[in-house]
Amino acid sequence: MSRLLSLRAVSRAAAALALASVAVAAQAQPAPVRIGLMLPSSGTFADLGKGVTNGFKLYVNEQGGKLGGRAVEYLAVDDESDPSKANENANKLVKRDKVDLLVGTIHSGVAQTMAKVARETNTLLIVPNAGAGEITGSMCAPNVFRSSFSNWQPGYASGLLAARKHKTAVTISWKYAAGDESVRGFREGFEKGGGKVLKDLNLPFPGVEFQPLLTELATIKPEAAYVFVAGAGQVMFVKDYAAAGLKTSIPLYGAFITEGTLAAQGDAASGLQTALHYADGLKNPKNEAFIASYTKAFGAAPDVFAVQGYDAAQLFDAGMRAVKGDTKKKAEMIKAMENAKLDSPRGPLSFSKSHNPVQDYYVRVARGTQNVMTDVIVKGLVDPSPDCKL
Amino acid sequence: MDLALILIQTLNAVQYGLLLFLVASGLTLIFGVMGVINLAHGSFYMMGAYLAFTLTALTGNLLLAIVIGVVLSAVLGALLEWALFSHLYRRNHLQQVLLTYGLILIFEELRSVLVGNEVYSVKVPDWLNFSVPLGSVMTYPAYRLFMSGVCLVLALGLYLLIERTLVGARIRAGSSNRGMVQLLGINIDWLYRLVFALGVALAAFAGMLNAPASSVSPGMGTQVLIVSFVVVIVGGIGSVWGALLASLLVAFADTFGKVFVPDYAGIAIYVVMAAILLWRPEGLFKS
Repeated sequence: MSRLLSLRAVSRAAAALALASVAVAAQAQPAPVRIGLMLPSSGTFADLGKGVTNGFKLYVNEQGGKLGGRAVEYLAVDDESDPSKANENANKLVKRDKVDLLVGTIHSGVAQTMAKVARETNTLLIVPNAGAGEITGSMCAPNVFRSSFSNWQPGYASGLLAARKHKTAVTISWKYAAGDESVRGFREGFEKGGGKVLKDLNLPFPGVEFQPLLTELATIKPEAAYVFVAGAGQVMFVKDYAAAGLKTSIPLYGAFITEGTLAAQGDAASGLQTALHYADGLKNPKNEAFIASYTKAFGAAPDVFAVQGYDAAQLFDAGMRAVKGDTKKKAEMIKAMENAKLDSPRGPLSFSKSHNPVQDYYVRVARGTQNVMTDVIVKGLVDPSPDCKL
Repeated sequence: MDLALILIQTLNAVQYGLLLFLVASGLTLIFGVMGVINLAHGSFYMMGAYLAFTLTALTGNLLLAIVIGVVLSAVLGALLEWALFSHLYRRNHLQQVLLTYGLILIFEELRSVLVGNEVYSVKVPDWLNFSVPLGSVMTYPAYRLFMSGVCLVLALGLYLLIERTLVGARIRAGSSNRGMVQLLGINIDWLYRLVFALGVALAAFAGMLNAPASSVSPGMGTQVLIVSFVVVIVGGIGSVWGALLASLLVAFADTFGKVFVPDYAGIAIYVVMAAILLWRPEGLFKS
């Protein structure tokens, strides 16, 4: 009996010892920080998602695979750009995988759901592309950041650009939230520059029957035109525009109209002027280093989406450094991220009160398969986000 | 109001209407003659567009791609009729809807597996890649004029085939009384197979012809399908002549709607449909 008791005592002591040693080990080797990448890896936006992921991982690798002294563990989910699956996917990452940071996504509808989940669960979220105004507008939250742009920003910059040479313009866009926001931005920028928008033309998303609209555009005879369509629509629109003989008579402006589809657009896009927060081969030391290391790692030149992914990681790192990897100090982390001054490949990058990027907008000209920067149209552009109560 | 604007919009509407007719005529024949509600008809149109993209990439020649594509589509149509649709004639509409809806899903998945979910564009052949000046305002892409011409010839040919030839007479007879036609010693099975293959080939042809003028994208079949059903209903089920008129009517409503009432352009064609059905509940022409 007493032998049995002593045996039990010994085993208890051993267990306690084992536990203690685990605890010591855990203290010496903190658990990795968990990052949920909710991005499309299939469908129309797959390439964009890949750019964001590559950019994010490139930054982490440049830091020796650690942020704030902690190793990084990725948990990836293909969001399929499908808003109906967004809630489930985001909850899976937050509740089951217990991620410290949620990163995503391209599609605005999916990103809005992610922002909702992030608010409800107080999870840190960085949006690396989706431009929906609400995310840093009416839905803004202390724990929600964006490393890309709001649809209003490139629209506004394009408006300023068009106003340099023209007094009247007509806009063409898909009739959906992103189109409306972009056109509103253009109108504000164009009017600020002394121009006047004569008419907004639009067609249902994602239609590509542009011919009737081009005809009307030609009869209104504005001095310039602004367009916001994406993906397949970009290629179609630019080609139709040239074929209708409008390219020389009514100069076309856009923000994303040339992004990623210049090769498919061919001659029709040559010389097209756009305004965006990045340009291919932008001349600054950070971007030159970024292009070199990105090309070395992935065998292809980076695009604006890779930059936005890279900066999402930089922004998170700013928070991680401030709390030395202790993600429980959320308020301190957020404070550091709000005050972050990032050296981005796109140029200096900071964040507005609503957590939207404050960044320079460049004039780019399409030459071959490159958007070449020729000028800066506006420095440190802030989205006014009047609906954000932060 | 600018005269050139009306002229160009008329060209746009005619071109769109004739293209729509190619899709809708097959739908109305299959519906009218065989009594099958074929929800997968739009998928044949999408298949055509993806065939045009793939075959043009392989052969480097759009016209050759279209010829091969039409033959492939017709063969596929005949096979589908033999394997699936021939079993549907005596089934009720609910079962037809279920099976053809399943076909849509199969076509979408196949497309996703075989060519992916990307959006493609097909190059206009070099010899058609120019624009014709129209008035003082703008130019009109030659390819769209070419499309209108080809569609017009086909539409006329189809009209003559159905309304003026013996085969056409038999097809029309089959639509009113299948048993009687069979008793007269006509092989109705093969007649049906022929009509079905023709319908599939026409839809695919429309998709192929439109590929360089539009984009090749997932989901394009569904958009066309809905408008095609509007055309079939407005024109009168089973009537080729009605389908032609209704296609043009719908195209004019849509094209001019986009310019004059842009905010309501999406519903313009449904307003036209409602108005016509109030006036003639069975459509413009009863088969």
